[in-house]
Amino acid sequence: MFSAKIKVTLRKSILDPQGKAVEHSIQSMGFSSIADTRIGKFIELKIDTSSEEEARLVTDEICRKLLANPVMEDYSFDISKMNGEKN
Amino acid sequence: MGNAKFGVVVFPGSNCDHDAYNTLKHILNQDTEFLWHKESSVGDRNVIIVPGGFSYGDYLRCGAIARFSPIMKDVVRHASNGGIVIGICNGFQILCEAGLLPGALIRNASLKFVCKNVTLKIENNNTIFTGIYGKNNAPAGEITVPVAHGDGNYICDSDTLKSLNDNNQVVFRYKNNPNGAIDDIAGIINKKGNVLGMMPHPERASESIVGSSDGRYLFESIISHLN
Repeated sequence: MFSAKIKVTLRKSILDPQGKAVEHSIQSMGFSSIADTRIGKFIELKIDTSSEEEARLVTDEICRKLLANPVMEDYSFDISKMNGEKN
Repeated sequence: MGNAKFGVVVFPGSNCDHDAYNTLKHILNQDTEFLWHKESSVGDRNVIIVPGGFSYGDYLRCGAIARFSPIMKDVVRHASNGGIVIGICNGFQILCEAGLLPGALIRNASLKFVCKNVTLKIENNNTIFTGIYGKNNAPAGEITVPVAHGDGNYICDSDTLKSLNDNNQVVFRYKNNPNGAIDDIAGIINKKGNVLGMMPHPERASESIVGSSDGRYLFESIISHLN
């Protein structure tokens, strides 16, 4: 069993108005050192396979086809073997 | 009745399906049926409306889940064969997600849900969807229809934008942009011209009692095209 931890974020070229609003809020709290704020999504999948390579391929395909829209979003993920569970 | 057979797709969370049905069936007296999203075929319907609303609660991204509903495979097939498809509001988002139209719709630049009448400039009245504007008693040049969306900010890359403009695929532009959409884009067609996506709601502006009937001519244009 593998775990895929996926991050989906708006592409750098795209204005993130939600991030901007949060950033204004952070600055109004007094944290003037915060220079940029981006908001994204975190998705976790459990993948029932014994092969890390397969877990990677499956995750990538799911990201490309559903979890991220390449027109506006980038994605990245980490695959890790889940402790205490048999393959 | 003429040749047009309208099908209005219904997803869980659609909420403009009945507005579209009412306009087509009761105002324009057209052969109109609902198509439940779990059906695998559009049947004998030759104009497919993908209506507004919040399909699947806008989970993940607007339209991202609906695009995988069983009916969408056949809507894509229908469109690929030159069949007429209109996506309104959430329907526009679904058609972009399904790859029937280029680009995507992101959160309004204001972060606010906008719900009001807007003025649209008709940029191309030589389409299946706009042929009647400027003829008979239909308005020309500008029309008034409502918008009601939180994610109507149209974006695409610069090559796509250039090709949309070069091919006259931008059908409607906002006079006063309510959402930050690139180049004031409110509605586009695909290259072949048989698929339209737009954020404003023509089906909610089809009789004077609701404040504007400018939207009905969009549907009348299709009916006239098919007859």
